[in-house]
Amino acid sequence: MKQFQYVRPLTQQNVLDAINKPGTKIIAGGTNLVDLMKRGVTAPDKLVDINHLPLKGITATKTGLHIGALALNSVVSENNLVIEKQPLLSMALKAGASPQLRNMATVGGNMLQRTRCTYFYDLTMPCNKRNPGSGCGAMEGYNRMHAIFGASPQCIAVHPSDMCVGLAALDAVVIIAGRKGERRIPFTEFHRLPGDHPEMDNHLAKDELIVGIEIPDNNFAKNSYYLKVRDRQSYAFALVSVAAALDIDNGTIRKAHLAMGGVAHKPWRLFDAEKALVGKPVSVDSFNQAAQIAITGAKAYEYNAFKLKLAPATITEALKHASGLV
Amino acid sequence: MASKNSPNEPENEGTILDATRRDFLKQSTLLTAIALTPAPLVRAAENGWDEKIAEAYEKVPLNIEVNGVKHQMAVEPRVTLLDLLREQLDLTGTKKGCDYGQCGACTVHVDGHRVISCLTLGVMVNGKKITTIEGLANGDKLHPMQEAFLNHDGFQCGYCTPGQIMSAVACIREGHANSETEIREYMSGNICRCGAYPNIVNAIQDVKNGGQTV
Repeated sequence: MKQFQYVRPLTQQNVLDAINKPGTKIIAGGTNLVDLMKRGVTAPDKLVDINHLPLKGITATKTGLHIGALALNSVVSENNLVIEKQPLLSMALKAGASPQLRNMATVGGNMLQRTRCTYFYDLTMPCNKRNPGSGCGAMEGYNRMHAIFGASPQCIAVHPSDMCVGLAALDAVVIIAGRKGERRIPFTEFHRLPGDHPEMDNHLAKDELIVGIEIPDNNFAKNSYYLKVRDRQSYAFALVSVAAALDIDNGTIRKAHLAMGGVAHKPWRLFDAEKALVGKPVSVDSFNQAAQIAITGAKAYEYNAFKLKLAPATITEALKHASGLV
Repeated sequence: MASKNSPNEPENEGTILDATRRDFLKQSTLLTAIALTPAPLVRAAENGWDEKIAEAYEKVPLNIEVNGVKHQMAVEPRVTLLDLLREQLDLTGTKKGCDYGQCGACTVHVDGHRVISCLTLGVMVNGKKITTIEGLANGDKLHPMQEAFLNHDGFQCGYCTPGQIMSAVACIREGHANSETEIREYMSGNICRCGAYPNIVNAIQDVKNGGQTV
Protein backbone atom coordinates (compact mmCIF):
# COMPACT_ATOMS: atom_id res chain seq x y z
CA MET A 1 0.00 0.00 0.00
CA LYS A 2 1.30 3.45 -0.88
CA GLN A 3 2.35 5.54 2.13
CA PHE A 4 -0.12 8.26 3.14
CA GLN A 5 -0.65 10.88 5.80
CA TYR A 6 -3.24 10.24 8.49
CA VAL A 7 -5.19 12.80 10.48
CA ARG A 8 -7.87 12.43 13.15
CA PRO A 9 -9.89 15.67 13.33
CA LEU A 10 -12.23 16.12 16.28
CA THR A 11 -14.73 18.58 14.79
CA GLN A 12 -16.89 18.61 11.69
CA GLN A 13 -15.38 21.94 10.63
CA ASN A 14 -11.87 20.48 10.79
CA VAL A 15 -13.02 17.53 8.67
CA LEU A 16 -14.56 19.84 6.06
CA ASP A 17 -11.35 21.89 5.95
CA ALA A 18 -9.20 18.76 5.62
CA ILE A 19 -11.15 17.05 2.82
CA ASN A 20 -11.10 20.09 0.57
CA LYS A 21 -7.63 19.20 -0.73
CA PRO A 22 -6.84 16.99 -3.71
CA GLY A 23 -5.70 13.44 -2.95
CA THR A 24 -7.58 13.40 0.35
CA LYS A 25 -10.13 10.75 1.29
CA ILE A 26 -12.36 10.21 4.29
CA ILE A 27 -12.07 6.92 6.18
CA ALA A 28 -14.79 5.61 8.52
CA GLY A 29 -15.12 1.79 8.77
CA GLY A 30 -12.52 1.29 6.05
CA THR A 31 -13.98 -2.06 4.93
CA ASN A 32 -14.06 -0.97 1.29
CA LEU A 33 -11.44 1.79 1.18
CA VAL A 34 -8.60 -0.23 2.76
CA ASP A 35 -9.40 -3.08 0.37
CA LEU A 36 -9.21 -0.71 -2.63
CA MET A 37 -5.98 0.85 -1.34
CA LYS A 38 -4.34 -2.57 -0.92
CA ARG A 39 -5.18 -3.39 -4.52
CA GLY A 40 -3.99 -0.02 -5.80
CA VAL A 41 -7.42 0.87 -7.22
CA THR A 42 -7.20 4.05 -5.18
CA ALA A 43 -4.11 5.62 -3.63
CA PRO A 44 -4.90 8.68 -1.50
CA ASP A 45 -2.12 10.96 -0.20
CA LYS A 46 -4.01 11.63 2.98
CA LEU A 47 -6.72 9.88 5.01
CA VAL A 48 -9.07 11.84 7.24
CA ASP A 49 -10.35 9.55 10.00
CA ILE A 50 -13.82 10.85 10.93
CA ASN A 51 -14.57 8.26 13.63
CA HIS A 52 -14.21 10.84 16.39
CA LEU A 53 -17.14 12.96 15.22
CA PRO A 54 -20.35 12.59 17.27
CA LEU A 55 -22.40 11.06 14.43
CA LYS A 56 -23.37 7.66 15.84
CA GLY A 57 -26.82 8.41 17.27
CA ILE A 58 -30.13 6.74 16.36
CA THR A 59 -33.06 8.88 17.49
CA ALA A 60 -36.78 9.19 16.87
CA THR A 61 -37.83 12.64 15.66
CA LYS A 62 -41.32 14.14 15.29
CA THR A 63 -41.56 12.91 11.70
CA GLY A 64 -39.30 9.91 11.53
CA LEU A 65 -36.06 8.25 12.48
CA HIS A 66 -32.67 9.96 12.38
CA ILE A 67 -29.56 7.82 12.01
CA GLY A 68 -26.07 9.30 12.24
CA ALA A 69 -23.63 8.64 9.41
CA LEU A 70 -21.18 6.86 11.73
CA ALA A 71 -23.73 4.45 13.23
CA LEU A 72 -22.37 0.95 12.63
CA ASN A 73 -24.29 -1.36 10.32
CA SER A 74 -24.49 -3.98 13.11
CA VAL A 75 -25.76 -1.45 15.65
CA VAL A 76 -28.44 -0.08 13.29
CA SER A 77 -29.62 -3.58 12.36
CA GLU A 78 -30.05 -4.56 16.03
CA ASN A 79 -31.48 -1.24 17.23
CA ASN A 80 -34.95 -1.51 18.82
CA LEU A 81 -36.26 1.70 17.25
CA VAL A 82 -35.15 0.53 13.82
CA ILE A 83 -36.64 -2.95 14.28
CA GLU A 84 -39.92 -1.48 15.52
CA LYS A 85 -40.32 1.42 13.04
CA GLN A 86 -38.30 0.36 9.97
CA PRO A 87 -37.75 -3.42 10.07
CA LEU A 88 -37.01 -3.39 6.33
CA LEU A 89 -33.77 -1.51 7.02
CA SER A 90 -32.75 -4.04 9.66
CA MET A 91 -33.44 -6.92 7.27
CA ALA A 92 -31.50 -5.29 4.44
CA LEU A 93 -28.51 -4.63 6.70
CA LYS A 94 -28.43 -8.18 8.02
CA ALA A 95 -28.41 -9.48 4.44
CA GLY A 96 -25.17 -7.61 3.75
CA ALA A 97 -21.54 -8.65 4.34
CA SER A 98 -20.67 -10.65 7.49
CA PRO A 99 -21.10 -9.93 11.23
CA GLN A 100 -17.44 -8.85 11.48
CA LEU A 101 -17.74 -6.41 8.56
CA ARG A 102 -21.06 -5.05 9.83
CA ASN A 103 -19.26 -4.32 13.13
CA MET A 104 -16.92 -2.01 11.21
CA ALA A 105 -18.99 -0.57 8.35
CA THR A 106 -20.89 2.69 8.90
CA VAL A 107 -24.11 3.99 7.34
CA GLY A 108 -22.29 6.76 5.44
CA GLY A 109 -19.52 4.44 4.29
CA ASN A 110 -22.02 1.84 3.11
CA MET A 111 -23.60 4.50 0.88
CA LEU A 112 -20.20 5.39 -0.58
CA GLN A 113 -18.90 1.87 -1.24
CA ARG A 114 -17.67 1.28 -4.78
CA THR A 115 -18.92 -1.34 -7.19
CA ARG A 116 -17.62 -4.91 -6.89
CA CYS A 117 -17.33 -5.24 -10.69
CA THR A 118 -14.24 -7.42 -11.15
CA TYR A 119 -13.00 -5.23 -14.01
CA PHE A 120 -13.03 -2.21 -11.67
CA TYR A 121 -10.80 -4.13 -9.24
CA ASP A 122 -8.44 -5.59 -11.87
CA LEU A 123 -5.76 -2.99 -12.70
CA THR A 124 -4.79 -4.87 -15.86
CA MET A 125 -8.28 -4.40 -17.35
CA PRO A 126 -9.86 -1.33 -18.89
CA CYS A 127 -12.48 0.36 -16.69
CA ASN A 128 -14.09 3.73 -17.26
CA LYS A 129 -14.99 3.97 -13.58
CA ARG A 130 -11.42 3.46 -12.35
CA ASN A 131 -9.65 5.06 -15.29
CA PRO A 132 -12.03 7.28 -17.32
CA GLY A 133 -11.68 6.83 -21.08
CA SER A 134 -9.97 3.42 -20.86
CA GLY A 135 -13.07 1.45 -21.90
CA CYS A 136 -15.32 -1.11 -20.21
CA GLY A 137 -14.01 -4.63 -19.71
CA ALA A 138 -17.38 -5.93 -18.57
CA MET A 139 -19.38 -4.90 -21.64
CA GLU A 140 -17.92 -7.72 -23.77
CA GLY A 141 -16.53 -9.67 -20.82
CA TYR A 142 -17.90 -11.92 -18.10
CA ASN A 143 -20.85 -9.75 -17.12
CA ARG A 144 -22.89 -12.19 -15.05
CA MET A 145 -23.15 -9.85 -12.02
CA HIS A 146 -23.93 -6.74 -14.07
CA ALA A 147 -26.74 -4.26 -14.66
CA ILE A 148 -29.99 -4.80 -16.54
CA PHE A 149 -31.31 -1.27 -15.91
CA GLY A 150 -29.90 2.21 -16.52
CA ALA A 151 -26.48 1.17 -17.85
CA SER A 152 -24.55 3.22 -20.40
CA PRO A 153 -22.08 2.29 -23.16
CA GLN A 154 -19.37 3.38 -20.70
CA CYS A 155 -20.34 1.26 -17.68
CA ILE A 156 -22.61 -1.65 -16.76
CA ALA A 157 -21.52 -2.00 -13.12
CA VAL A 158 -24.02 -2.33 -10.26
CA HIS A 159 -24.12 -0.74 -6.82
CA PRO A 160 -23.34 -3.48 -4.28
CA SER A 161 -25.20 -2.27 -1.16
CA ASP A 162 -28.18 -3.97 0.47
CA MET A 163 -28.74 -1.20 3.02
CA CYS A 164 -29.14 1.35 0.23
CA VAL A 165 -31.87 -0.73 -1.44
CA GLY A 166 -33.84 -0.68 1.81
CA LEU A 167 -33.29 3.05 2.29
CA ALA A 168 -34.36 3.80 -1.30
CA ALA A 169 -37.61 1.89 -0.73
CA LEU A 170 -38.21 3.75 2.53
CA ASP A 171 -37.92 7.24 0.98
CA ALA A 172 -34.98 8.12 3.23
CA VAL A 173 -33.39 11.57 3.03
CA VAL A 174 -29.62 12.10 3.04
CA ILE A 175 -28.29 14.92 5.22
CA ILE A 176 -25.07 16.39 3.84
CA ALA A 177 -22.78 18.97 5.45
CA GLY A 178 -20.69 21.32 3.36
CA ARG A 179 -18.66 24.45 3.93
CA LYS A 180 -21.76 26.56 3.25
CA GLY A 181 -24.04 24.61 5.57
CA GLU A 182 -26.33 21.60 5.36
CA ARG A 183 -28.41 20.31 2.46
CA ARG A 184 -30.86 17.40 2.19
CA ILE A 185 -31.50 15.24 -0.84
CA PRO A 186 -33.87 12.27 -1.37
CA PHE A 187 -32.04 8.96 -1.09
CA THR A 188 -33.23 7.95 -4.57
CA GLU A 189 -31.37 10.97 -5.97
CA PHE A 190 -28.15 10.46 -4.03
CA HIS A 191 -26.63 7.81 -6.29
CA ARG A 192 -26.43 8.41 -10.03
CA LEU A 193 -26.52 6.41 -13.25
CA PRO A 194 -23.19 5.96 -15.06
CA GLY A 195 -23.97 7.98 -18.22
CA ASP A 196 -20.77 9.51 -19.60
CA HIS A 197 -19.18 9.79 -16.15
CA PRO A 198 -19.14 6.35 -14.50
CA GLU A 199 -16.24 7.52 -12.31
CA MET A 200 -18.87 9.42 -10.31
CA ASP A 201 -21.04 7.09 -8.21
CA ASN A 202 -23.18 9.77 -6.56
CA HIS A 203 -23.91 13.49 -6.17
CA LEU A 204 -21.78 14.09 -3.09
CA ALA A 205 -19.28 16.89 -3.80
CA LYS A 206 -15.61 16.45 -2.96
CA ASP A 207 -15.83 18.95 -0.08
CA GLU A 208 -18.99 17.50 1.46
CA LEU A 209 -19.64 15.02 4.26
CA ILE A 210 -22.64 12.75 4.84
CA VAL A 211 -23.73 13.44 8.43
CA GLY A 212 -26.86 11.31 8.62
CA ILE A 213 -30.04 9.99 7.11
CA GLU A 214 -33.66 10.43 8.05
CA ILE A 215 -36.44 7.95 7.36
CA PRO A 216 -39.96 9.40 7.46
CA ASP A 217 -42.52 7.48 9.52
CA ASN A 218 -44.71 5.09 7.51
CA ASN A 219 -47.19 2.24 7.86
CA PHE A 220 -44.90 -0.39 6.34
CA ALA A 221 -43.57 -2.01 9.54
CA LYS A 222 -46.03 -4.95 9.54
CA ASN A 223 -45.61 -5.76 5.84
CA SER A 224 -41.95 -5.37 4.89
CA TYR A 225 -39.51 -7.88 3.47
CA TYR A 226 -35.98 -7.91 2.07
CA LEU A 227 -35.22 -10.83 -0.22
CA LYS A 228 -31.69 -11.34 -1.50
CA VAL A 229 -30.76 -13.97 -4.08
CA ARG A 230 -27.07 -14.84 -4.25
CA ASP A 231 -24.65 -17.59 -5.21
CA ARG A 232 -24.41 -18.88 -1.64
CA GLN A 233 -26.82 -18.58 1.24
CA SER A 234 -24.89 -15.90 3.10
CA TYR A 235 -21.90 -13.56 2.76
CA ALA A 236 -22.14 -12.86 -0.99
CA PHE A 237 -23.19 -9.91 -3.12
CA ALA A 238 -26.68 -9.95 -4.59
CA LEU A 239 -27.47 -11.34 -8.01
CA VAL A 240 -30.84 -9.71 -7.46
CA SER A 241 -32.41 -8.35 -4.28
CA VAL A 242 -35.80 -6.80 -3.58
CA ALA A 243 -36.95 -4.49 -0.78
CA ALA A 244 -40.73 -4.65 -0.54
CA ALA A 245 -42.84 -2.45 1.75
CA LEU A 246 -46.64 -2.62 1.73
CA ASP A 247 -49.39 -0.74 3.52
CA ILE A 248 -52.33 -3.15 3.48
CA ASP A 249 -55.88 -2.31 4.51
CA ASN A 250 -58.28 -5.22 4.80
CA GLY A 251 -56.67 -7.26 2.03
CA THR A 252 -56.26 -4.29 -0.33
CA ILE A 253 -52.92 -2.62 -1.02
CA ARG A 254 -53.09 1.05 -0.01
CA LYS A 255 -49.48 1.89 -0.70
CA ALA A 256 -46.47 0.00 -2.05
CA HIS A 257 -42.76 0.80 -2.18
CA LEU A 258 -40.34 -1.43 -4.09
CA ALA A 259 -36.62 -1.22 -4.80
CA MET A 260 -34.12 -3.62 -6.33
CA GLY A 261 -30.43 -4.27 -5.81
CA GLY A 262 -27.92 -5.99 -8.10
CA VAL A 263 -29.59 -4.65 -11.23
CA ALA A 264 -28.36 -1.06 -11.71
CA HIS A 265 -25.65 1.50 -10.97
CA LYS A 266 -27.88 2.74 -8.13
CA PRO A 267 -30.59 1.26 -5.90
CA TRP A 268 -33.39 0.81 -8.45
CA ARG A 269 -36.81 2.09 -7.34
CA LEU A 270 -39.77 0.48 -9.16
CA PHE A 271 -42.19 3.43 -9.28
CA ASP A 272 -44.40 2.03 -12.10
CA ALA A 273 -44.80 -1.34 -10.40
CA GLU A 274 -45.68 0.44 -7.14
CA LYS A 275 -48.45 2.41 -8.86
CA ALA A 276 -49.82 -0.78 -10.40
CA LEU A 277 -50.14 -2.37 -6.95
CA VAL A 278 -52.17 0.43 -5.36
CA GLY A 279 -55.83 -0.56 -4.93
CA LYS A 280 -55.14 -4.18 -5.91
CA PRO A 281 -56.00 -7.14 -3.68
CA VAL A 282 -53.19 -9.02 -1.97
CA SER A 283 -52.74 -11.90 -4.42
CA VAL A 284 -50.06 -13.65 -6.45
CA ASP A 285 -51.78 -12.35 -9.60
CA SER A 286 -51.39 -8.71 -8.49
CA PHE A 287 -47.75 -9.38 -7.61
CA ASN A 288 -46.97 -11.10 -10.93
CA GLN A 289 -48.48 -8.19 -12.88
CA ALA A 290 -46.42 -5.67 -10.92
CA ALA A 291 -43.29 -7.78 -11.43
CA GLN A 292 -43.82 -7.81 -15.21
CA ILE A 293 -44.25 -4.02 -15.22
CA ALA A 294 -41.06 -3.69 -13.16
CA ILE A 295 -38.98 -5.54 -15.72
CA THR A 296 -40.11 -3.37 -18.68
CA GLY A 297 -37.12 -1.80 -20.38
CA ALA A 298 -34.58 -4.20 -18.86
CA LYS A 299 -31.63 -5.04 -21.09
CA ALA A 300 -29.36 -8.04 -20.58
CA TYR A 301 -25.78 -8.72 -21.70
CA GLU A 302 -24.14 -12.00 -22.68
CA TYR A 303 -24.00 -13.64 -19.25
CA ASN A 304 -26.71 -11.96 -17.19
CA ALA A 305 -29.86 -12.73 -19.20
CA PHE A 306 -30.94 -14.98 -16.32
CA LYS A 307 -31.67 -11.80 -14.36
CA LEU A 308 -34.56 -11.00 -16.73
CA LYS A 309 -36.38 -14.01 -15.22
CA LEU A 310 -34.84 -13.93 -11.76
CA ALA A 311 -35.77 -10.28 -11.15
CA PRO A 312 -39.56 -10.56 -11.61
CA ALA A 313 -39.62 -13.91 -9.75
CA THR A 314 -37.78 -12.29 -6.84
CA ILE A 315 -40.20 -9.34 -6.82
CA THR A 316 -43.21 -11.67 -6.61
CA GLU A 317 -41.58 -13.75 -3.89
CA ALA A 318 -40.63 -10.68 -1.83
CA LEU A 319 -44.20 -9.35 -2.10
CA LYS A 320 -45.60 -12.72 -1.01
CA HIS A 321 -43.41 -12.59 2.10
CA ALA A 322 -44.16 -8.92 2.80
CA SER A 323 -47.92 -9.42 2.52
CA GLY A 324 -47.91 -12.57 4.64
CA LEU A 325 -48.97 -14.91 1.83
CA VAL A 326 -46.04 -17.17 2.74
CA MET B 1 -4.08 -22.82 19.42
CA ALA B 2 -1.64 -20.26 20.66
CA SER B 3 1.50 -21.88 19.28
CA LYS B 4 3.94 -19.71 17.39
CA ASN B 5 4.43 -20.17 13.70
CA SER B 6 7.59 -21.51 12.19
CA PRO B 7 9.96 -18.68 11.27
CA ASN B 8 10.01 -20.05 7.72
CA GLU B 9 6.49 -18.87 6.97
CA PRO B 10 6.18 -17.20 3.56
CA GLU B 11 5.17 -13.82 5.03
CA ASN B 12 8.33 -13.73 7.11
CA GLU B 13 10.50 -14.65 4.13
CA GLY B 14 8.92 -11.84 2.19
CA THR B 15 9.72 -9.38 4.93
CA ILE B 16 13.35 -10.42 5.12
CA LEU B 17 13.82 -10.17 1.35
CA ASP B 18 12.17 -6.77 1.28
CA ALA B 19 14.31 -5.54 4.12
CA THR B 20 17.49 -6.72 2.40
CA ARG B 21 16.57 -5.01 -0.83
CA ARG B 22 15.62 -1.86 1.03
CA ASP B 23 18.94 -1.81 2.90
CA PHE B 24 20.85 -2.26 -0.33
CA LEU B 25 19.00 0.60 -1.98
CA LYS B 26 19.46 2.76 1.09
CA GLN B 27 23.22 2.12 1.15
CA SER B 28 23.68 2.69 -2.56
CA THR B 29 21.71 5.95 -2.58
CA LEU B 30 23.65 7.02 0.50
CA LEU B 31 26.97 6.54 -1.30
CA THR B 32 25.75 8.58 -4.27
CA ALA B 33 24.40 11.22 -1.93
CA ILE B 34 27.66 11.48 0.01
CA ALA B 35 29.58 12.05 -3.20
CA LEU B 36 27.31 14.91 -4.25
CA THR B 37 26.28 16.71 -1.05
CA PRO B 38 27.98 19.38 1.09
CA ALA B 39 29.77 18.37 4.29
CA PRO B 40 27.10 19.25 6.94
CA LEU B 41 24.52 17.13 5.14
CA VAL B 42 26.97 14.23 4.82
CA ARG B 43 27.51 14.36 8.60
CA ALA B 44 23.72 14.34 9.10
CA ALA B 45 23.40 11.31 6.87
CA GLU B 46 26.26 9.50 8.62
CA ASN B 47 24.51 9.96 11.95
CA GLY B 48 21.24 8.67 10.47
CA TRP B 49 19.41 11.92 11.32
CA ASP B 50 17.62 12.06 7.97
CA GLU B 51 16.26 8.56 8.53
CA LYS B 52 15.12 9.52 12.01
CA ILE B 53 13.41 12.68 10.79
CA ALA B 54 11.69 10.79 7.97
CA GLU B 55 10.58 8.10 10.40
CA ALA B 56 9.16 10.61 12.87
CA TYR B 57 7.22 12.21 10.05
CA GLU B 58 5.86 8.92 8.71
CA LYS B 59 4.97 7.16 11.95
CA VAL B 60 2.00 7.90 14.17
CA PRO B 61 1.98 7.23 17.93
CA LEU B 62 -0.30 4.40 18.95
CA ASN B 63 -1.43 3.24 22.39
CA ILE B 64 -3.21 -0.09 22.49
CA GLU B 65 -3.88 -2.88 24.95
CA VAL B 66 -3.53 -6.35 23.50
CA ASN B 67 -4.64 -9.33 25.60
CA GLY B 68 -4.33 -7.22 28.74
CA VAL B 69 -0.84 -5.89 27.94
CA LYS B 70 -0.44 -2.18 27.18
CA HIS B 71 1.74 -1.17 24.24
CA GLN B 72 3.07 2.25 23.32
CA MET B 73 4.31 2.23 19.78
CA ALA B 74 4.77 4.24 16.61
CA VAL B 75 3.33 2.83 13.39
CA GLU B 76 3.05 3.81 9.76
CA PRO B 77 -0.60 4.63 9.01
CA ARG B 78 -0.69 1.99 6.27
CA VAL B 79 0.03 -0.90 8.65
CA THR B 80 -3.07 -3.01 9.26
CA LEU B 81 -3.98 -4.27 12.71
CA LEU B 82 -3.29 -7.79 11.39
CA ASP B 83 0.28 -6.98 10.33
CA LEU B 84 0.85 -5.03 13.52
CA LEU B 85 -0.17 -8.02 15.66
CA ARG B 86 1.79 -10.57 13.65
CA GLU B 87 4.93 -8.69 12.70
CA GLN B 88 5.44 -6.12 15.44
CA LEU B 89 3.94 -7.85 18.47
CA ASP B 90 4.81 -11.43 17.38
CA LEU B 91 1.23 -12.57 17.96
CA THR B 92 1.05 -14.93 15.01
CA GLY B 93 -2.05 -16.78 16.21
CA THR B 94 -4.19 -14.40 14.17
CA LYS B 95 -3.94 -15.67 10.61
CA LYS B 96 -3.61 -13.90 7.29
CA GLY B 97 -5.91 -15.73 4.89
CA CYS B 98 -7.05 -13.63 1.96
CA ASP B 99 -5.92 -10.22 3.35
CA TYR B 100 -8.96 -8.65 1.62
CA GLY B 101 -11.75 -9.14 4.15
CA GLN B 102 -13.27 -12.16 2.44
CA CYS B 103 -12.31 -15.12 4.63
CA GLY B 104 -12.49 -14.16 8.34
CA ALA B 105 -9.19 -15.90 9.30
CA CYS B 106 -7.94 -12.61 10.80
CA THR B 107 -10.96 -12.05 13.09
CA VAL B 108 -10.06 -10.43 16.44
CA HIS B 109 -12.07 -8.56 19.07
CA VAL B 110 -11.76 -4.78 19.40
CA ASP B 111 -13.35 -3.52 22.62
CA GLY B 112 -15.23 -6.83 22.73
CA HIS B 113 -16.60 -6.73 19.19
CA ARG B 114 -15.39 -9.03 16.41
CA VAL B 115 -13.78 -7.27 13.45
CA ILE B 116 -11.64 -8.12 10.43
CA SER B 117 -8.08 -7.12 11.37
CA CYS B 118 -6.78 -7.16 7.76
CA LEU B 119 -9.08 -4.25 6.85
CA THR B 120 -8.50 -2.34 10.10
CA LEU B 121 -5.69 0.20 10.10
CA GLY B 122 -3.61 -0.03 13.26
CA VAL B 123 -3.77 3.74 13.83
CA MET B 124 -7.56 3.53 13.96
CA VAL B 125 -7.65 1.34 17.08
CA ASN B 126 -5.72 3.84 19.18
CA GLY B 127 -6.87 3.65 22.82
CA LYS B 128 -8.76 0.39 22.28
CA LYS B 129 -8.52 -3.09 23.79
CA ILE B 130 -7.70 -5.92 21.41
CA THR B 131 -8.23 -9.60 22.15
CA THR B 132 -6.61 -12.19 19.91
CA ILE B 133 -6.72 -16.00 20.05
CA GLU B 134 -3.68 -15.85 22.37
CA GLY B 135 -5.76 -13.90 24.89
CA LEU B 136 -8.63 -16.37 25.27
CA ALA B 137 -7.04 -19.06 27.43
CA ASN B 138 -6.52 -18.51 31.15
CA GLY B 139 -2.90 -19.61 31.61
CA ASP B 140 -2.79 -23.31 30.73
CA LYS B 141 -6.55 -23.63 30.96
CA LEU B 142 -8.14 -23.42 27.52
CA HIS B 143 -11.18 -21.27 26.86
CA PRO B 144 -14.41 -23.38 26.71
CA MET B 145 -14.65 -22.67 22.96
CA GLN B 146 -11.10 -23.92 22.39
CA GLU B 147 -11.95 -27.08 24.36
CA ALA B 148 -15.13 -27.55 22.33
CA PHE B 149 -13.30 -27.18 18.98
CA LEU B 150 -10.87 -29.91 20.14
CA ASN B 151 -13.65 -32.20 21.39
CA HIS B 152 -15.71 -31.84 18.20
CA ASP B 153 -12.87 -31.84 15.64
CA GLY B 154 -13.89 -28.33 14.59
CA PHE B 155 -10.99 -28.14 12.13
CA GLN B 156 -8.78 -30.10 9.78
CA CYS B 157 -5.79 -28.02 8.68
CA GLY B 158 -6.42 -25.48 11.44
CA TYR B 159 -5.57 -22.34 9.50
CA CYS B 160 -9.03 -20.75 9.81
CA THR B 161 -9.44 -21.97 13.41
CA PRO B 162 -8.25 -18.89 15.36
CA GLY B 163 -10.67 -16.73 13.36
CA GLN B 164 -13.45 -19.30 13.73
CA ILE B 165 -12.99 -19.43 17.51
CA MET B 166 -12.88 -15.62 17.91
CA SER B 167 -16.04 -15.41 15.81
CA ALA B 168 -17.71 -18.29 17.66
CA VAL B 169 -17.15 -16.62 21.04
CA ALA B 170 -18.62 -13.37 19.68
CA CYS B 171 -21.52 -15.26 18.10
CA ILE B 172 -22.61 -16.55 21.54
CA ARG B 173 -21.95 -13.20 23.28
CA GLU B 174 -24.08 -11.38 20.68
CA GLY B 175 -26.95 -13.81 21.31
CA HIS B 176 -26.89 -15.27 17.81
CA ALA B 177 -26.28 -18.94 18.63
CA ASN B 178 -29.87 -20.03 19.30
CA SER B 179 -30.24 -22.57 16.48
CA GLU B 180 -28.14 -24.31 13.87
CA THR B 181 -29.53 -21.98 11.18
CA GLU B 182 -28.72 -18.87 13.20
CA ILE B 183 -25.21 -20.11 14.01
CA ARG B 184 -24.54 -20.85 10.33
CA GLU B 185 -25.75 -17.38 9.32
CA TYR B 186 -23.75 -15.58 12.00
CA MET B 187 -20.61 -17.66 11.32
CA SER B 188 -20.83 -17.07 7.56
CA GLY B 189 -18.00 -14.52 7.66
CA ASN B 190 -15.53 -17.31 8.47
CA ILE B 191 -14.68 -19.57 5.57
CA CYS B 192 -13.27 -23.09 6.15
CA ARG B 193 -11.87 -24.69 3.01
CA CYS B 194 -11.59 -28.06 4.74
CA GLY B 195 -15.35 -27.91 5.28
CA ALA B 196 -15.38 -28.51 9.04
CA TYR B 197 -18.64 -26.57 9.30
CA PRO B 198 -20.86 -29.31 10.87
CA ASN B 199 -18.30 -29.84 13.64
CA ILE B 200 -17.85 -26.12 14.17
CA VAL B 201 -21.63 -25.76 14.59
CA ASN B 202 -21.59 -28.68 17.06
CA ALA B 203 -18.79 -27.08 19.06
CA ILE B 204 -20.66 -23.77 19.31
CA GLN B 205 -23.93 -25.47 20.28
CA ASP B 206 -22.06 -27.48 22.92
CA VAL B 207 -20.63 -24.34 24.54
CA LYS B 208 -23.96 -22.51 24.23
CA ASN B 209 -25.93 -25.39 25.77
CA GLY B 210 -23.29 -25.93 28.45
CA GLY B 211 -24.13 -22.46 29.73
CA GLN B 212 -20.47 -21.63 30.41
CA THR B 213 -19.47 -18.00 30.48
CA VAL B 214 -17.68 -17.09 27.28
